[in-house]
Amino acid sequence: MKTLRQKLFGLSVPALSALCAFVIVLMVLLIIGDIVLGGWGTLSWEFLSGVPKEGMTAGGIYPAIFGTFLLVVIMSIVGVPIGTITAIYLSEYASQRSILARVVRFAVNTLAGVPAIVFGLFGLGFFIQFVGIRMDQVLTGGVQLKWGQPNILWASLTMALLTLPVVIVSVEEAIRAVPRELREASLALGATKWETIRKVVLPNSITGILTGAILAVSRGAGEVAPILFTGAAYFLPKLPGSLSDQFMELGYHIYIMSTQSPDVEATRGIQYATTLVLLVLTFTLNFAAVFLRYRIRMKSIR
Amino acid sequence: MNTNGYKIRTINLSLSYGSKLALNEVSLDIKPNHVTALIGPSGCGKSTFLRALNRMNDLIDDARTSGEVLVDNINVYRDDVDVVELRKKVGMIFQKSNPFPKSIYDNVAYGPRINGIHDTKTLAEIVESSLERAALWDEVKDDLKKSGLALSGGQQQRLCIARALAVNPEVLLMDEPASALDPIATAKIEELIYELKSNYTIVIVTHNMQQAARVSDLTAFFYLGKIIEFNDTKTIFTSPKEKQTEDYVTGRFG
Repeated sequence: MKTLRQKLFGLSVPALSALCAFVIVLMVLLIIGDIVLGGWGTLSWEFLSGVPKEGMTAGGIYPAIFGTFLLVVIMSIVGVPIGTITAIYLSEYASQRSILARVVRFAVNTLAGVPAIVFGLFGLGFFIQFVGIRMDQVLTGGVQLKWGQPNILWASLTMALLTLPVVIVSVEEAIRAVPRELREASLALGATKWETIRKVVLPNSITGILTGAILAVSRGAGEVAPILFTGAAYFLPKLPGSLSDQFMELGYHIYIMSTQSPDVEATRGIQYATTLVLLVLTFTLNFAAVFLRYRIRMKSIR
Repeated sequence: MNTNGYKIRTINLSLSYGSKLALNEVSLDIKPNHVTALIGPSGCGKSTFLRALNRMNDLIDDARTSGEVLVDNINVYRDDVDVVELRKKVGMIFQKSNPFPKSIYDNVAYGPRINGIHDTKTLAEIVESSLERAALWDEVKDDLKKSGLALSGGQQQRLCIARALAVNPEVLLMDEPASALDPIATAKIEELIYELKSNYTIVIVTHNMQQAARVSDLTAFFYLGKIIEFNDTKTIFTSPKEKQTEDYVTGRFG
């Protein structure tokens, strides 16, 4: 016969764990609910397509949406090919036990764990103060400050560095899911290793490359720290027209509005609506990536 | 052609995976335009031996080979031999049919294309003649654009044979090509093997004793990485010299 104490204990464990699980669900609902309720009223076509007005207490966020878009596009153009090539090297060429492969893998894992703000500082120190300043010295003799200051190119490169591990891991997973039989079929027909990679492995990992790109974009769109010193601007009257221009960005815009605005109360609606736009953007991208990844897994099980 | 009358000769061929010896000093002579069957229980080294002939074992990280494999009297493990050229000459059909997730046409055209043939008319001719030689043309000629994966298992395997034939090999290595097929599809593959041997040298690994008896001219019995007995198929199945061979072919073990 169980004692009352044992009975209570037996009940309390599942109850407690259920409670903890419920708290997490509650938090998500609270955050999303609060943002949707707070931002819904301000959201309108004018808000999405207009520019900030009246000291940023009114108007829209189009420049920030455009800047975010441009940021992730440049970031992807740089990061996805580099990540894909690295993944090809790791999974196809490097022997799994080779020192070089281990070093690369260690570097990728380390990169994934570096705090975002460190990337921001690295971007400032390396891209702007090292590369940019030297570019100015070579191009204009140092008379004009063009590349040696924050701009969208340096911000995108910094972001590409931050999102590289995401791309590498996704692409590698997809490449490994390509059945060995297909590679052998190609090689047995007298294809070289590179022909096999180009004609069999890569076409069959295209969803993985896409997943990696989407996850990188979703991560990049949500980070503020890497662009803090490397290119994001408080307010710009016009959209960036060249790689050496600064830009506005959604996450940075939220940060500015909530900490630097002279009248935080007046911007509350805008803050909520901007956050809502950012959340919808990253959630949509994440769902797309989860869906694609699910399809890859199904394929590799078959 | 070769001078000694053999298409492929292996001389003291040994192969180990890490510390595990899979082939132990195997010497075997393979006649041109004959079907040579390799039989033996699982893990006896027959598939490893087959894959050594076109150096597919190179793909396995810790596989180490010693001895010689002479194809037309040239040791294919010599440093200056181009493995890509070797594999064009010595084609392979796998146990599990493995068409590319492409159309029937593109599957067969894959080999010619990597050989630099891009002329549409030439490619179409190669595709047609390869499918014909693989006895698949009549079944698929109206939907060459269909995915190779949409075919039945037996048709997929014949598509793989057509794909291998498209690069004009001289030798075909078959690794249990019918083990995943139903009896009717198997019969078609066997019939095809019989027809192909007038133009190709065929080496086939099989688990199916009746199949070896039906399709092959010569049979080698492998056991624990060694050849126990190699002779005419008829002799192996009716009056083997070794006790182990007899036990195996009569189904007493393996």
